Amino acid sequence: MASHGPLVGEFFMNGDEACAEGAISAGCRFFAGYPITPATEIAERMAERLPEVGGTFIQMEDEIASMAAILGGSWGGVKSMTATSGPGFSLMMENIGLGAMMETPCVVADVQRAGPSTGLPTLTAQGDMMQARWGSHGLYGIIALSPSSPQEMFTLTIKAFNLSEKYRVPVLIMGDESVAHMSEKVTIPPPEQLEIFPRRKTSLPPEEYLPYKPDADLVPPMANAGEGYFYHVTGLTHDERGYPDMSAEAQQKLVRRLIDKIDLNKKDIIEIEEDQIDGAEVVVCSYGISARVALLAVKAAREEGVKVGMLRLITVWPFPDERIRQIAGKVKAFVVPELNAGQIALEVERCVAGKAKTILVPHMGGAVHDPKVILEAIKKAAK
Amino acid sequence: MNGNGKDDHIETGFLLRQDRLPHIWCPGCGLGTVLQSFLRALVKSELPLEKVAIVSGIGCTGRVAGYVKLDSFHTTHGRAIPFATGLKLANPEMKVVVFSGDGDLTSIGGNHLIHAARRNMDLTVICVNNFIYGMTGGQVAPTTPVNARTSTSPLGNFEPAFNLPNLVTAAGATYVARWTAIHVRRLENTMTEALHKKGFSFVEVITPCPTHYGRKNRQGSGLTQLKYYRDNSVIKHGAQLGEVGIGMTDPITVGKFVDIERPTFSDLQSRIRSPKTAAEVQSTKK
Repeated sequence: MASHGPLVGEFFMNGDEACAEGAISAGCRFFAGYPITPATEIAERMAERLPEVGGTFIQMEDEIASMAAILGGSWGGVKSMTATSGPGFSLMMENIGLGAMMETPCVVADVQRAGPSTGLPTLTAQGDMMQARWGSHGLYGIIALSPSSPQEMFTLTIKAFNLSEKYRVPVLIMGDESVAHMSEKVTIPPPEQLEIFPRRKTSLPPEEYLPYKPDADLVPPMANAGEGYFYHVTGLTHDERGYPDMSAEAQQKLVRRLIDKIDLNKKDIIEIEEDQIDGAEVVVCSYGISARVALLAVKAAREEGVKVGMLRLITVWPFPDERIRQIAGKVKAFVVPELNAGQIALEVERCVAGKAKTILVPHMGGAVHDPKVILEAIKKAAK
Repeated sequence: MNGNGKDDHIETGFLLRQDRLPHIWCPGCGLGTVLQSFLRALVKSELPLEKVAIVSGIGCTGRVAGYVKLDSFHTTHGRAIPFATGLKLANPEMKVVVFSGDGDLTSIGGNHLIHAARRNMDLTVICVNNFIYGMTGGQVAPTTPVNARTSTSPLGNFEPAFNLPNLVTAAGATYVARWTAIHVRRLENTMTEALHKKGFSFVEVITPCPTHYGRKNRQGSGLTQLKYYRDNSVIKHGAQLGEVGIGMTDPITVGKFVDIERPTFSDLQSRIRSPKTAAEVQSTKK
């Protein structure tokens, strides 16, 4: 079993496998996880592939342990990842908050299935979108991406690692069962063609280094454990030294920065895909597998002469408020198909602020939308 | 103190974040003593300090990480061991020490404790056991002896307590010892040994909590509790582990109970990973 690096070329693989390969191409060398459908193939692929590239795989005793382990792995200086689905995602939430508070780069893939509770373990949904934003306690900024294809499970996993290193925050890949289990062509470019953001290391010597003193973009450079920096890191509210500071002032300064470092860098973080928005009367706003299904409806509507644009959210959190506000003044309505009872639609409605209608096309999960239902919603909105 | 003069003096102040002192622990608490024994052990171990990390969970003992001048991580309740597991696997050069309380490690963290022992993960776990939840105000713990009073067992505890050395040994720990906060020299030696042990080493330290356990159970000041440990501890190396449980008024068995060799998680993993083994596996298939 010769040691070989990331794959290069064209492959037929499913979204979970593509996610694992994306992680390896991004430089992930530590994976801790716990099996759960429909994310298990990510762990299985990593168990096989990581030893081949000099990395470490461990199947932990539960999702809580998995999330804690990847935080430790990241502080140990290795790009780290876990993957799960809704019930496991819930268990990870406390330590996702710890990751946000300690400013720990790491990636969590949530391959969504239908809930609540055990729900439909093998069937698709998008019910964790708000959990991704608000699941942990307290206040923090977070980044979440939403892939629509196996190819994007690959590219967005790389993007997730890049953003997590750049902004020192857990980055969530909000996949869904459909994208994870569909097999398609996935192109893996040679490593030199990939843009990889390295860890933001401090250039200061230990005696001058303050682990939580931010750069101009509000993100503090890091030192890995074992490099002689002797720093303290805590989930408690802390000052720039990393020391606990139990005051409202310290809370204001730290938590404000944790939120601002994401919000004020939105332009750099947010990626959306737009199609024929100029001159549109209706814009369909969707993400993940729903956006892909919605395309069929959009095409059919255009054939019937409806002026309909498409806005696909690739970055879901932070939310592209500004762009939606701009569009809102020019269209009659937004149509939002999603595999839940309306999570992202609420955000669209918030940004639209009454300037256009927001029409939710909900689906409780278990299958994707019937494109005809979305088509009807588009036609109704255009009237 | 033992009259050995120079050998006895181990400078440990440089290992403390002195700008964080005074600490938050109550008068009479044993944590300062246990920490001092650990720091002396660390100096004696001669491990390169930049390669030692300390990870703790939540609670009074969880605060230890904040006072020690090492790469130190104060994590979530019960999750110090999995965090340490990730740190160790990512950076195998590090000696990773988990320093936490009985509530943290054996209640909410109980699952992680037994699995890390089962894997023989190369970690040193120091469990400060004061039989009670200190920081939240003295509630019952999985280590609280039967009949002991706590704020959530006001009529006396009716849940049998964990016998921790027995638990972790059954799960697979390769080094298991117990001392009390009055056995400072023995504790220091044990911790030095544990720091050098490859594999899952577990040191339980029985420690007074006069503010909660002592007060609620009429055990007097921290000093009175230490005197009780002195008069009621029985040193029994290699003791039968089924018999080292702790009752409210029974003698406390202390000593080194387990010191065995077993491949660690990383040993077994690298064996499987080595190309030679893969080839061997291939040839046996033919």
